[in-house]
Amino acid sequence: MLKKKILITGNEAIAEGALAAGCNFYAGYPITPQNELIAYMAKYMPETGGVFIQAESELAAINMVYGASAAGARVMTSSSSPGISLKQEGISYIAGAELPAVIVNIMRGGPGLGNIAPAQSDYFQATRGGGHGDYHMIVLGPACVQEAYDLAQTSFALADKYRIPVMILGDGFLGQMMEPILVNSKSPASSRQNEQKPWVLSGCKGRKPNIIKSFALAEGALEQLNLKLQQKYKVIKNKEIRFEGLFLDDAKIVLVAYGTMARIAKSALNRLRLEGKKIGMIRPISLWPFPQKAFCPRNKKAKYLVIEMSYGQMLEDVQLALNGKAGLEFLGRSGGGIPSEEEIINKVKEIL
Amino acid sequence: MEKIFCRPESLYDVPTHYCPGCGHGIAHRLVAEIIDQLGIREKTIGIAPVGCAVIAYDYWKFDCSEAAHGRALAVATAIKRVRPQNIVFTYQGDGDLAAIGTNETIHAANRGENLTVVFINNAVYGMTGGQMAPTTLLGQKTSTTPSGRDRVKHGYPLKISEMLALLPGVNYIERVSLHNPQEVLKAKSAIRQAFENQINNMGFSLVEILSPCPTCWGLNPKESLDWIRDHMQKEFPLGRIK
Repeated sequence: MLKKKILITGNEAIAEGALAAGCNFYAGYPITPQNELIAYMAKYMPETGGVFIQAESELAAINMVYGASAAGARVMTSSSSPGISLKQEGISYIAGAELPAVIVNIMRGGPGLGNIAPAQSDYFQATRGGGHGDYHMIVLGPACVQEAYDLAQTSFALADKYRIPVMILGDGFLGQMMEPILVNSKSPASSRQNEQKPWVLSGCKGRKPNIIKSFALAEGALEQLNLKLQQKYKVIKNKEIRFEGLFLDDAKIVLVAYGTMARIAKSALNRLRLEGKKIGMIRPISLWPFPQKAFCPRNKKAKYLVIEMSYGQMLEDVQLALNGKAGLEFLGRSGGGIPSEEEIINKVKEIL
Repeated sequence: MEKIFCRPESLYDVPTHYCPGCGHGIAHRLVAEIIDQLGIREKTIGIAPVGCAVIAYDYWKFDCSEAAHGRALAVATAIKRVRPQNIVFTYQGDGDLAAIGTNETIHAANRGENLTVVFINNAVYGMTGGQMAPTTLLGQKTSTTPSGRDRVKHGYPLKISEMLALLPGVNYIERVSLHNPQEVLKAKSAIRQAFENQINNMGFSLVEILSPCPTCWGLNPKESLDWIRDHMQKEFPLGRIK
């Protein structure tokens, strides 16, 4: 496929990646810091023959995404933290009805209206389901604009493969930062519609009626649906782990960070390595399923330092992965505060 | 012998779960008959609401989707945009369409979405046991207005059809009733009009149906029909609104 190099923001890269993956339906509602994404979709979706709708609310947007997915489209919506909270009911319905959908959360500071500074404080909401009921989304956390573009395409493939909502979890930095990336050409919207989706609502000509639903009132029916979902989650946990590991062979201290925080942690790591300090790093890319298997370095005495733009949310997944078998430290700020390279280096030296 | 009347093909041959005297059975059948008559069963996609009609897809024999409470018109908007060649309609109660889903209703109408809406107004939340609906009449007793709806405490019955008629995106609105056979026939012809409008790409069409809920009104089926005639249609006058 023909590739070209462009300079683009993370928000636009996610939109561009979605279009390259054949996304042919987008509905969204404005909110900072993801506005470049909705604007990009408004401008370029019509060129591919897809549907763009500026919805009247986040509730409407997520339910439009539900409907379009039921009708066989490749669908996306995007928002930022407060807006994602509003979408939670709809996401639960999408999970329950087993519809593929891609949902982007470019996180900002909370709780409440919070502010528009980058944050990572929606990790719990994203990785634990967020809405009501026993469900999960696949959650992917890109750390640079190229990866945002690439993971947007991966997200559509995973959503279709497992009939599951997939969340791209970025933050305001990633969304607004510009970087040069390599891109493929956009797919025409018509090429992806209805491929191998016999469950789609298209009119019942020549077949029995299809029903898209999550309601299961008969005794035992909802338990069966839940067992089916759990089986699917088990497969995903086995097959869809993604992470980046650095210097895990000799690391005495392993930094653990994702997304934008991982970039800052990597800079600190590089400086510490230049000083001869044996520092490694684990960057989870799939936040759900969490890459537990990454937490078994050669050096059994390694200690872990989790760094987040929150007061310790991914920290709990690392605690579960380590299960008390290794020392664990935490450095985090939130509400617009971001741990700096210096703060990380100082913390590492404190632990060493 | 020539068969001149039968069950519509768009309706499964199963008993419904509705209470005796409920209007949903009649309304479901009218929709099914019109879909048969227009020959659109194989390209129709229905949206079932949250409310008593949540499992309407167990009775209708065509593609259907559930929608979260109030969001039927957001779901329908997207399906119709993705599949403009299909016929898409929502079937919604008063709580769904005129309380929790008011925003979706107004904006789908205002965008002039080429959709058909069947709006069941029975002045009460039926499925949850008879609480006050946006369309509950002044003085009407419900489980959440035990002394009757009071305009000071609870506001007025919401005339959402008249409100929607103000929007330039709306093509057709008619209010009909199920309280006697003549009105049922008028209801059927209004539903037909609302589907034909969609087939002819004429934009947003809504039929509001005054429908009996004997269980939550505390009346028998006959008294319920009389209550529509004597009380409900005074607040919600029948006829073409737009």
